Amino acid sequence: MMGKKNLGVRSLLAALALTPLSFVSFISPAHATLGEPESSLQADGATLKGELHTSDQALYRLSEIHAVTGTVVREYSTPGGNVFAVTWRGPTMPNLKQVLGSHYADYAAAAQGAPRVDRHHLTVRASDLVVHLSGHMRAFQGRAYLESQVPYGVSVRELP
Amino acid sequence: MSRSSSALAQAGGALLCLLAISCGGGGGTSSSSSGGSGPPPPTGANVAAVAVSAGPNAQAALNTLYTTVTVCVPGTSTCQTIDNIQVDTGSYGLRLLSQVLKITLPVAQLNGSSLLECTTFVDGYSWGPIALVDLTVGGEKAASLPAQLIGDARFATVPADCQNAGNPTQEDTVAQFGANGLLGIGPFAQDCGQACASMPQTASYYTCTSATSCIASAVPLASQVTNPITLFARDNNGVIVELPSVSNSGAPGVTGSLVFGIDTESNNQLGSKTVLAVGSSSSSSPMPGNLFTTFMSASNESFIDSGSNGLYFTDSSLQTCPSPNTAFYCPASVESFTATMQGATGTSATVSFSIGNLDAVLMSDPTFIAIPDLGGTLSLAGTFDWGLPFFYGRGVAYAIEGASTNAGTGPFVAF
Repeated sequence: MMGKKNLGVRSLLAALALTPLSFVSFISPAHATLGEPESSLQADGATLKGELHTSDQALYRLSEIHAVTGTVVREYSTPGGNVFAVTWRGPTMPNLKQVLGSHYADYAAAAQGAPRVDRHHLTVRASDLVVHLSGHMRAFQGRAYLESQVPYGVSVRELP
Repeated sequence: MSRSSSALAQAGGALLCLLAISCGGGGGTSSSSSGGSGPPPPTGANVAAVAVSAGPNAQAALNTLYTTVTVCVPGTSTCQTIDNIQVDTGSYGLRLLSQVLKITLPVAQLNGSSLLECTTFVDGYSWGPIALVDLTVGGEKAASLPAQLIGDARFATVPADCQNAGNPTQEDTVAQFGANGLLGIGPFAQDCGQACASMPQTASYYTCTSATSCIASAVPLASQVTNPITLFARDNNGVIVELPSVSNSGAPGVTGSLVFGIDTESNNQLGSKTVLAVGSSSSSSPMPGNLFTTFMSASNESFIDSGSNGLYFTDSSLQTCPSPNTAFYCPASVESFTATMQGATGTSATVSFSIGNLDAVLMSDPTFIAIPDLGGTLSLAGTFDWGLPFFYGRGVAYAIEGASTNAGTGPFVAF
């Protein structure tokens, strides 16, 4: 998944103030999601029909998928290679069954049991998993993470 | 927490019921006409009455704005008037719960197939066909308006990728949806727009050859669920949502107005309002319909939304209410703040607001549902949502993308 040069991607990542150690890959089917090895990121990219970009940060690796729908999904993995957090923003919500992987069933049960507060905000907690959903038609944002797997020194709130 | 109203009533009493929108039969039975103060409401054919009221099934959700519409089978006098339609500036187009429809609306066709939609909200998804309706709201009419019929028994099978897109909670009944329908009057002409016209999108529009055979499909703009304002003969460039101010101690309800059009009549002049551009259809930062709000030195993606019941932001120093109201703030005393909104093109406005103690308000009178200093804790970090409390004591204008006004071309908000 490394090495295909793409100046557009490099300048995009520069604009996002990421390190220049960035790569782009065009997606082939594989397997990875929240709590799973980062190799599974390619499956997310395939599902989202997007391009996958990765860059190494001090405390984690950031992989960014630009879906054809316009939604941007960012997946954060530990030095050990497990995805500990996912964020997204765009005109639609991503397919959370893919993004949350084996945690989806817990999320779905908790979401369906959560008290309804209003149409535009929801926080779902299911043991180790925390999912925040926010936004309105044409402008959705969200964040999911596994509390116990967030690396020491990383603030989930401040993930770019 | 259970969604069952009887369990809610037994477990938590009035406080719990007031928060859970799905709490049928719980909450207050108060009148909806007292509590506000301000100038007399505007009059004219371009005005529709709105109210913060108990809503369907006396559910008594907090700070939820409703209106009444009349829909007809296009070109006929077969019509129905439907109340408790939530007014939402965070969405675009009319949606009706099939459960309350007594007239039969023909399903729209596209290329010989039935046209359906999966609508995703943060708290769930709604599935159902598109139908053309003749809409009357106030004195304004939108003929042959594409609208969504949610929970239509003719199409009971929901595609899997609709359920998996975001929140898998199905909201296809009045109790689940919290309203008899939704009137989306935010600053865009269609609910999806060019993205859905140019290619099929999952969890959006579908064409169905039968009730169980649906595929994601591209849909021309004219066939998409459409903001009815754009189809009015005049007053079609936007709307002003006007609500009176409400005492900080709350009120059992309040009435206000939707004034359609901007600078098109004597009653909808922008005058000295501050105009803030919001993100266009193609904007990624701020996102479409959004602006920025700087709060406590941090910049946030932000929107002004009549469909949100509180001011949602993150302040870890502010006390959260104890269970069951942990979605809201409960400071020991009312706290005052300022924040600065910045439009997509640079104009800014400083806004003062205050956050009070929800439990204290409900303790003083559990029938209060119009609560101006309601602060929500469920904000995603980096976002700031100016919900309905922002509208109390204001007229908030929304100009539709591409529409002309004396203050320039939409999309913008002004207040």
